[in-house]
Amino acid sequence: MSTLHTEEMTLNMGPQHPSTHGVLRFVVRADGEVMREAIPDVGYLHRSIEKIAEKVGYHGFMPYTDRVDYVCAMFTNQGWGMACEKLANIEVPHRGEYCRVIAAEFNRIASHLLSVGAMAMDIGAVTPFTHAIREREMINDLIEELCGARLTFNYMRIGGVAWDLPPGWREKALAYLDHFDPILEEYNALISWNKIYIERLANVGVITPAEAINYNLVGPNLRACGIKWDIRKDIPYSVYPEFEFDVPIGDGHWGKLGDSMDRYVVRIREMAESSKILRQALQKIPGGPVLAKVARNFKPPKGECQIRLESGRGDMGWYVVSDGTGYPWRVHVRTGSFAAMGIIQKLSAGLMIADLVTLIASLDVIAPEIDR
Amino acid sequence: MESLQILERVKNQFGDRILEISDHKPDSFAVIDPKAVVEIGKFMNQDPELAMDCLSNETGVDYKDRIEVVYHLFSYSKRHTAVLKVKLPRDNPSVATLEGVWKSANWMEREIFDLIGVNFEGHSDMRRILMPEDWIGHPQRKDFVEPAEYHGISTVRESPIIRLDTKKK
Repeated sequence: MSTLHTEEMTLNMGPQHPSTHGVLRFVVRADGEVMREAIPDVGYLHRSIEKIAEKVGYHGFMPYTDRVDYVCAMFTNQGWGMACEKLANIEVPHRGEYCRVIAAEFNRIASHLLSVGAMAMDIGAVTPFTHAIREREMINDLIEELCGARLTFNYMRIGGVAWDLPPGWREKALAYLDHFDPILEEYNALISWNKIYIERLANVGVITPAEAINYNLVGPNLRACGIKWDIRKDIPYSVYPEFEFDVPIGDGHWGKLGDSMDRYVVRIREMAESSKILRQALQKIPGGPVLAKVARNFKPPKGECQIRLESGRGDMGWYVVSDGTGYPWRVHVRTGSFAAMGIIQKLSAGLMIADLVTLIASLDVIAPEIDR
Repeated sequence: MESLQILERVKNQFGDRILEISDHKPDSFAVIDPKAVVEIGKFMNQDPELAMDCLSNETGVDYKDRIEVVYHLFSYSKRHTAVLKVKLPRDNPSVATLEGVWKSANWMEREIFDLIGVNFEGHSDMRRILMPEDWIGHPQRKDFVEPAEYHGISTVRESPIIRLDTKKK
């Protein structure tokens, strides 16, 4: 019997594809439904934020950091603040650190909610997305009360946070957490343990632990490969050592270790851990000022530093070079999405075209964070 | 290990190919010979004491008289960090790629090539990554002047709020 003649085709996916989460493009070489290779093409959202930093000065750059990753803007705020504080050796007041942790952990839940909701939607289940967005809206309401913004927060400052918690906010936040914990159960019942959903995710896009480290994957993507590594625990910063929480890792329960399902489940479990941290932080928050005295004309001494923090998309590194003037000489952000995007070309060989969507969603890639 | 201890260990192995060790606060670093990048990278990756299994960050800095490529190495098993730098001339800066040691170098080196204009010898895919393919110049260089238009799209604001280019720096 003669073998069937098949022809390789080149497909263009994006930049306006609904499941590319922002503006990404893939050039897919496929044989029927099976991909030979998917070559990512990024840069559609490049705004040269690092160059802007060199022109607007240290304080002036804070609102721009929101735009590095607008789904996790608290962490980009905090990263920039931490880098400047390390350069100039500024200590943030204790209450300021607590406010940072509270705001950041709420942001982490919001970010993961969007991630898991959008993931279900990409696979074809639209309703779970509306459930996730409903919960995220309430967090947005809380954060709006805190800082006046719902997406690009600009809440933190070099040396602390801009505003203290408003009166009555603590009780509202605790009430929200009481509401939120059962929601996770509801969400799991709705989609997580759905057989079709698991079939679509398990054994898709398997990443081995060695590969993950070699490609510099970070955050939930790294932990899904079974590596217990969380910057909050392992290189502690801020007041995280004062809280008790677990670091969920992937175990390959549904398929192979490090597949898309593991990445999904790690995010779900991390939300519960964030909720734990928030309860402790809201109970223990001390009194005092929230912002250290920092000169308006902020000029850190000559030098350079790198800081790392655990953002919603994992280890975010800020590298800042100061030349002693009021403007940074060089700023570089190393983000989780950039690294995650770099591994897609390798993983795509042999996957179905429909699984590319799953893979992007499970790596939680956010386009502005890749391009900056 | 402390960052300085790591750099001393590398210095013992490679001698004068480590050009300088700076303990400047807050982050210490070593300046190495650009020709020895791959050798030193391989050593730090494979040495059981150092076990630098992750290239956590690679970036470039334009200092007007030279260009530096900065490597932030990290070990998950030993939990320590080290910073290496190479100094390159501003005209046709070129250094060997570390893609063979750490895969994550691939994209980060493409970014440095794109924005700073450093050529990485032996790189498998040396193309622009963030800027359009037909862009001229490297935007992160200090003397880069933004063109007034790109394919008929103006880059100049009609009524700018602040004129950044005329502000005294």
